[in-house]
Amino acid sequence: MTNSPYEHHEYDVLIIGAGGAGLRAAIEAKQRGLKVGIITKSLLGKAHTVMAEGGIAAAMGNVYEEDNWMVHFRDTMRGGKYLNNYRMAELHAKEAPDRVWELEQWGALFDRTKDGKILQRDFGGHRYARLAHVGDRTGLELIRTLQQKVVSMGTDVFMECKVLRLIHDSAGRVAGCVAYWRANGEFVTFSAKAVILATGGVGKSWKFTSNSWEGTGDGHAMALWAGAELIDMECIQFHPTGMVWPLSVRGLLVTEGVRGDGGVLRNSEGKRFMFDYVADMFRAETADSEEEADRWYDDHAAGRRPPELLPRDEVARAINTEVKAGRGSPHGGVYLDIASRRSAEVIRRRLPSMYHQFMELAGVDITREAMEIGPTCHYIMGGVKVDAETTATKVPGLFAAGEVAGGMHGANRLGGNSLSDLIVFGRRAGIGAAEYIEAGSVATDFDLGEVEAAIAEALAPFERTSGENPYDIQRDLQEMMQSNVGIIRTASEIDEAIVELEKFSERVQNIAIKGGRAYNPGWNLATDLPSMLSVSKCTARGARERKESRGGHTREDFPKASAEFGKVNFAHSLPQGANWHDEISTNPVPVMTVPAELQALLEEAK
Amino acid sequence: MGDVTLRVWRGDATGGDFENYTLPQGEGEVVLDVIHRIQATEATDLACRWNCKAGKCGSCAVEINGQPRLMCMTRMDTLPEGTVTVTPMKTFPIIRDLVTDVSFNYAMAERVPALLPPPMPEGGYRMFQGDVERSQEFRKCIECFMCQDVCHVIRDHEENKQHYAGPRFFIRYAELEMHPLDTNDRRDLVREDMGLGYCNITKCCTEVCPEHIKITDNAIIPLKERVVDAHYDPVAWLGRKIRRKTKVSAADAAVQPLP
Repeated sequence: MTNSPYEHHEYDVLIIGAGGAGLRAAIEAKQRGLKVGIITKSLLGKAHTVMAEGGIAAAMGNVYEEDNWMVHFRDTMRGGKYLNNYRMAELHAKEAPDRVWELEQWGALFDRTKDGKILQRDFGGHRYARLAHVGDRTGLELIRTLQQKVVSMGTDVFMECKVLRLIHDSAGRVAGCVAYWRANGEFVTFSAKAVILATGGVGKSWKFTSNSWEGTGDGHAMALWAGAELIDMECIQFHPTGMVWPLSVRGLLVTEGVRGDGGVLRNSEGKRFMFDYVADMFRAETADSEEEADRWYDDHAAGRRPPELLPRDEVARAINTEVKAGRGSPHGGVYLDIASRRSAEVIRRRLPSMYHQFMELAGVDITREAMEIGPTCHYIMGGVKVDAETTATKVPGLFAAGEVAGGMHGANRLGGNSLSDLIVFGRRAGIGAAEYIEAGSVATDFDLGEVEAAIAEALAPFERTSGENPYDIQRDLQEMMQSNVGIIRTASEIDEAIVELEKFSERVQNIAIKGGRAYNPGWNLATDLPSMLSVSKCTARGARERKESRGGHTREDFPKASAEFGKVNFAHSLPQGANWHDEISTNPVPVMTVPAELQALLEEAK
Repeated sequence: MGDVTLRVWRGDATGGDFENYTLPQGEGEVVLDVIHRIQATEATDLACRWNCKAGKCGSCAVEINGQPRLMCMTRMDTLPEGTVTVTPMKTFPIIRDLVTDVSFNYAMAERVPALLPPPMPEGGYRMFQGDVERSQEFRKCIECFMCQDVCHVIRDHEENKQHYAGPRFFIRYAELEMHPLDTNDRRDLVREDMGLGYCNITKCCTEVCPEHIKITDNAIIPLKERVVDAHYDPVAWLGRKIRRKTKVSAADAAVQPLP
């Protein structure tokens, strides 16, 4: 099919990304008898999924029998401020329990209830205790389970291999990709009948982030460049509790499980301030005194929820306000206190990684002292616009699942809904790709012109004898995005960001790289920067258009949600044949209409 | 605050040497922070692996002053004063600078026979916390491979890699052996092909484990006992002759049928 002059591999299904979604997609496609290849920028088992701590949301009803998919659906839509692709939220709520039970058949060992079922914990925005978990290392359990399953099935995994660009056939279908091996810098091409993007998030474009170096939005950007649409890119989740000190670990995640297990937020005056920040939408179900909130932990019928367990966008904004009002901690955060509320033994058993993390990195014993925490860039709700059933994008042969896909979480994601998203839609991507291949109209050729263009661009920094250091550009970009398109936004700052991003595009085209191609992190970063810029541009453009505050998008100049903007998602696209630094177009598209029977579920809650 | 000096091994499979980098000290920094500052300024091509920077992924394992450590969890102010030496893990072939070829471990992972559970009953399996905890300890493993690095069976004897799985995989085999749902029997494999007998329980692996897994006491020794029970106990030997697959004790079959 191809006459690639580079090392070349052919697959039925090619999966880019080896986190939870990519691995789950691989298992599904493999089980359907397809030849599957997985490409990952890192080693297998190191994906950002390991950072997920709290759990997997699934309405199994093991702790509260009243729980069911309808309540989970309702919680997800409310958490997303109704910007969600309702069908994704519905499928997710319905299928999550089966996906969790499936993990047990592959070796996962969750914590148990007294009668031997999977134990479920409380989390923000979830009406019932719903998160299947293993202490505070649930992401590791998920990745290891899927990794071991994939390995036992004999799947090809290309590790430390960075994909540069998707390749089309002459009819505009996706035909594969071009990549390079990080170990030696040699190029490699892959042709495939279907490609699944499972590349995760974009958080590395912000200064204070819980994301690893990999979160550069490669899949978001490659989909955009290949002709797919991105939606809701302005909706970025700032997790309320990241470490703030020492500076070197600022942004490192502190699990919501701390609050689910009884931890409370206090300001410098010792006040449990979240009671002052309960939005009308959540007032009916939120406790109005500390006594009532504290009763709830043991019995959800004995009181209403503590305000610390409001959805993440609400809590992050509240912390931000407290710090700005001068009631913050010495290092610019607030206090998260579990030490005064639970015994040392319980804390160490329920939150072992958190204990370890604070002890070793900050010298803080969380069984004795409060933690200093503040918001950190954590997750992007926006992503590639996909079909709920199949995860298909607008480009034939291209699918997307997990954080890279948009729609499922609307304007704000509930904690625990990401791991379940990965396994529900990872599986659906595998099915979607298999059905697409079965239908027969797959790529017939492979555009070597696109391959050569991508390679020429990747090698350009070696040609320049003088130019910019890619690390300087990355640092400046992170600072610019943090201050101009951060947790609280305003028109003048967003406009400034849009102007600045064009300058960054020029700077990226003037990078000079020292050293060779073999395992050269400076060069690797230079090839990540175009993705970071494309994604940041979409975020800034979406932020400018959405003149309201909703979920993970807060405008100082438009502090309230508006009914008008609640009816649209903003979609970004590039014209066919455009380059990554060309002008992106941004257009409103109507939010999917929720059918009457599901609307009734949402009305009940109001 | 004063300066810090890092002495970093630079090179590839053909050879290399140490290079010194002196930078101003930063508050609360870990070794990986200093490496990142070197990368961002004077050596943008300095190769190292890292991902989570939170001790959860195990990517950034190197040897710091000769000891296997995670760079992201080693505070500079906990190290002795003076130059800090950073070298790649010795047991694995060099790719570049601090990055080694750890494919030995992935090859060993491919040889592990998968979990073989009974069919799942309606409403999910029933297992009890006490029964899952033993395997849960081993599933904390972040695959930093520092236990493999420090294990002298392969650290000093390249030839042993052909027939020795190493501590990381002994805890994997122990995890499966103790898994309440597993019906596979890997004891022959562990004895014959994975070289469990080569381990002479010096506990070096346990000492370096960043997850504090008691590799020797809780995994390797019980695994050795099970293998011994199966192979040298005459009753078990006879049992095995009669019935090919037998578990060591009934406690292992802790799957509870639904009422």
